[in-house]
Amino acid sequence: MKKPTQPTFTWRRVTESRLFFPILALSLILIFDFIFIPGFFTIENRDGDLRGSLIDIFRNGSTIMLLAIGMTLVIATGGVDLSVGATMAIAASVAGILMNPSALKNEVFFVTDPYYTFQPLWLVIISALIVATICGLWNGILVAYMRIQPMVATLILMISGRGIAQLITNGLRVQITYRPYAFIGQGWIILPFSLYLVAIVLTITWIMTRKTAIGMFIESVGINFRSSYFSGIDEKKIKLLVYTFCGFCAGIAGLVASSNVRTSDASNIGLTTELDAILAVVIGGTAMSGGRFSLVASMIGALVMQAITQSMYAIGVPAFALQAIKAVVVILVILLYSEQVRGFVRNITAPKKEV
Amino acid sequence: MSESDHTLLVMEGISKAFPGVQALDDVSLTLKRGEILCLVGENGAGKSTLMKILTGVDQPDAGKIIFDGSEIQAKSPQHAQSLGISTVYQEINLCANLTVAENILLGREPHKMGRIDWAKTNELASETLQRLLGVDIDVAQPLGSYTVAIQQMVAIARALYIESAKMLILDEPTSSLDENETAQLFKVMRKLKATGVGIVFITHFIGQIYEISDRITVLRNGKLVGTYETDSITRVSLISKMIGRSLAEFDEMTKIKLESSKHIKRDALLQARGFGLTGSIQPFDLDLHAGEVVGLAGLLGSGRTETASVLFGVEKPDSGSMSMNGSVVHDHSPLGSIKRGVALCPEDRKAAGIVDDLTVRENIVLAMQANKGWFQYLSLPEQYEIAEKYIDMLSIATPSADQAVINLSGGNQQKVILARWLATNPQVLILDEPTRGIDVGTKAEIQKLVLSLAEEGKACVFISSELEEVLRTSHRIIVLRDREKVAEFTGEVDENTIIHAIAGSEA
Repeated sequence: MKKPTQPTFTWRRVTESRLFFPILALSLILIFDFIFIPGFFTIENRDGDLRGSLIDIFRNGSTIMLLAIGMTLVIATGGVDLSVGATMAIAASVAGILMNPSALKNEVFFVTDPYYTFQPLWLVIISALIVATICGLWNGILVAYMRIQPMVATLILMISGRGIAQLITNGLRVQITYRPYAFIGQGWIILPFSLYLVAIVLTITWIMTRKTAIGMFIESVGINFRSSYFSGIDEKKIKLLVYTFCGFCAGIAGLVASSNVRTSDASNIGLTTELDAILAVVIGGTAMSGGRFSLVASMIGALVMQAITQSMYAIGVPAFALQAIKAVVVILVILLYSEQVRGFVRNITAPKKEV
Repeated sequence: MSESDHTLLVMEGISKAFPGVQALDDVSLTLKRGEILCLVGENGAGKSTLMKILTGVDQPDAGKIIFDGSEIQAKSPQHAQSLGISTVYQEINLCANLTVAENILLGREPHKMGRIDWAKTNELASETLQRLLGVDIDVAQPLGSYTVAIQQMVAIARALYIESAKMLILDEPTSSLDENETAQLFKVMRKLKATGVGIVFITHFIGQIYEISDRITVLRNGKLVGTYETDSITRVSLISKMIGRSLAEFDEMTKIKLESSKHIKRDALLQARGFGLTGSIQPFDLDLHAGEVVGLAGLLGSGRTETASVLFGVEKPDSGSMSMNGSVVHDHSPLGSIKRGVALCPEDRKAAGIVDDLTVRENIVLAMQANKGWFQYLSLPEQYEIAEKYIDMLSIATPSADQAVINLSGGNQQKVILARWLATNPQVLILDEPTRGIDVGTKAEIQKLVLSLAEEGKACVFISSELEEVLRTSHRIIVLRDREKVAEFTGEVDENTIIHAIAGSEA
């Protein structure tokens, strides 16, 4: 059997890599931070835990990273999931109400014991994840079997999801005081605990897509679903799988987010994060029309999004202006991907012609 | 007029490389006003690439282009069009969900008070189609509701509509047309020629080259072989220039076929009774035997492709039954078919065949993997082994198994699709127009391959719009007319008998 030849290292191979532009974008932002924000790269060792602005980008970026994992697969099939933010809120509400059901009695009840919880932690987490997965399953059924366009199908849950989340908590914000739960978003084992969650989900997803045929089928369906159908690929099952999985990822992101703010705030948790997640995937180089995807590139895309936010805060952009400034930076990043810039880079790295 | 006034286009020393492929190497071409120049060559010879460079789809690495007396470098097809170069591409590049009229006049619709004047648009489109091509259809219907042939006509009408067109490129426009439609197209081409338009005509049909062209430019493997006056070159020498080898193997076919017909098994492998789908194909009976090639003949729209679709389960039948190896079939779906050993190479390579951004390797293992399911993943070494095996076996021209299939030429893409299905090791292989848009040499290769597959004990269904090819390859021929099976011939039949059956007249 012939082995595929391993090409030698050249700059061209580097720039043709999927990771080149996402990494370039991230580097540019970090270089900006290095110049304008003193101490941005300082990492302290506090009782064995590493802390600093750089670590914060990773920690605060973990929700977007989790969402981007599921979103990458959905976008690769040529779809999109607008409901992940709402799904986060639903998962958070389920978790909140299971730990502190006082809201159901229409009373705000302050729990003083930080180790009090109505239901055990494992049940809280599993219930929240099951509900989030069902949300994803619902999207999957609408898209794959009812043949509703993904944007419309997921818009339904995007709009109604926050209502559902409020119904679960009886319209109240539920305080989460249970300390072990806070560890999900705020815990530290040398690195932030949420990062380990990202790593686990990422690894599972990578194995699921690249060590089985699922990844190839996702790409095939995204590029040409008719050819895929002719080749015997069950396009509906693939779509059902990715939307369901996207809901599951949103569930974990919801747990992390609610643990971070110690409330299950149905109207604010995960607000507009679906757009950050979609942008993260786009910056990672997966086309909105579907096809080839790279999970690692999406992760870098998520970090780009978070680094932008964090840098804006660090240089003192007021919170109300953040979205507008962020939009400008995102446009600049997307411009990096334009054919002109790509062509320019290609020219620089093109092999010199022999005369 | 001086010589230079006659010359419309000069392309000189054009070179172009794609990742891993030198598509064109120092190719030159000239076209005079009022001339029809045939551009011929095998798949991957560089015909389409050369035209794409002329029309600005791709930019050349080297060379210059002089059009109408001045040096040009088209930046985009729109730019080329504004210079007077119109193109009809090999694959139809129109919007199936827009109406015929919209497709013809897209971006050039007549306006009335700032809005599109639909009545006038439809009238203009309808008039253009009738005047230029003699096609009379309802232009307010979506393009997708018409056959491929009509769509091709619409594409030509769109290219011709530009009144200032000085030059027209037709990239295999006849590969999906039947004889009448081709004759119609030729009439239009002669008319345009008389008005001084230069035409570059790319085709694989040798007969058509001699019927229509003034000169012939031959490319092979991205290099110019030569340009010849059509009258001064014989068919045999033209073909040998195109493929660079002798034609003896064509005559071999008959011998191979006779030999292989001895191996046909008596028991039916696949049996269909009263099998049909309302509005698609009338109920028909069909027996396929191991070791046999069954040809489907008929005009465009006679139900050839529909028969293939319903046999493979792309469309579910609504009458009749099918059994394979003696057991009744219940699961009518592509996956079900793959599982019981039926394969279909679909007619529409671009829409239903290749998955263009995936690599050659992934395209080849796709159906096999679908059969194995999600979790029995073929390891990468296994995938490479399978891919390399078929790349060798079918001599697929690709720099590596990791090349995206979209970078391959049409014929090689077809071979990749064929490889995909051979990899599933089917018992029944349905080939719908497997040689469409493929050069003479590869055609013979594929025909031979079909016979050798039959000899291995597979049953093949061979569909082609070229009757000669069906005759040469098939042991048994089924004739379809108006979506109905009308006749069946076994053994040696002559072309006339079949033509009469297709036409519906008594022989």
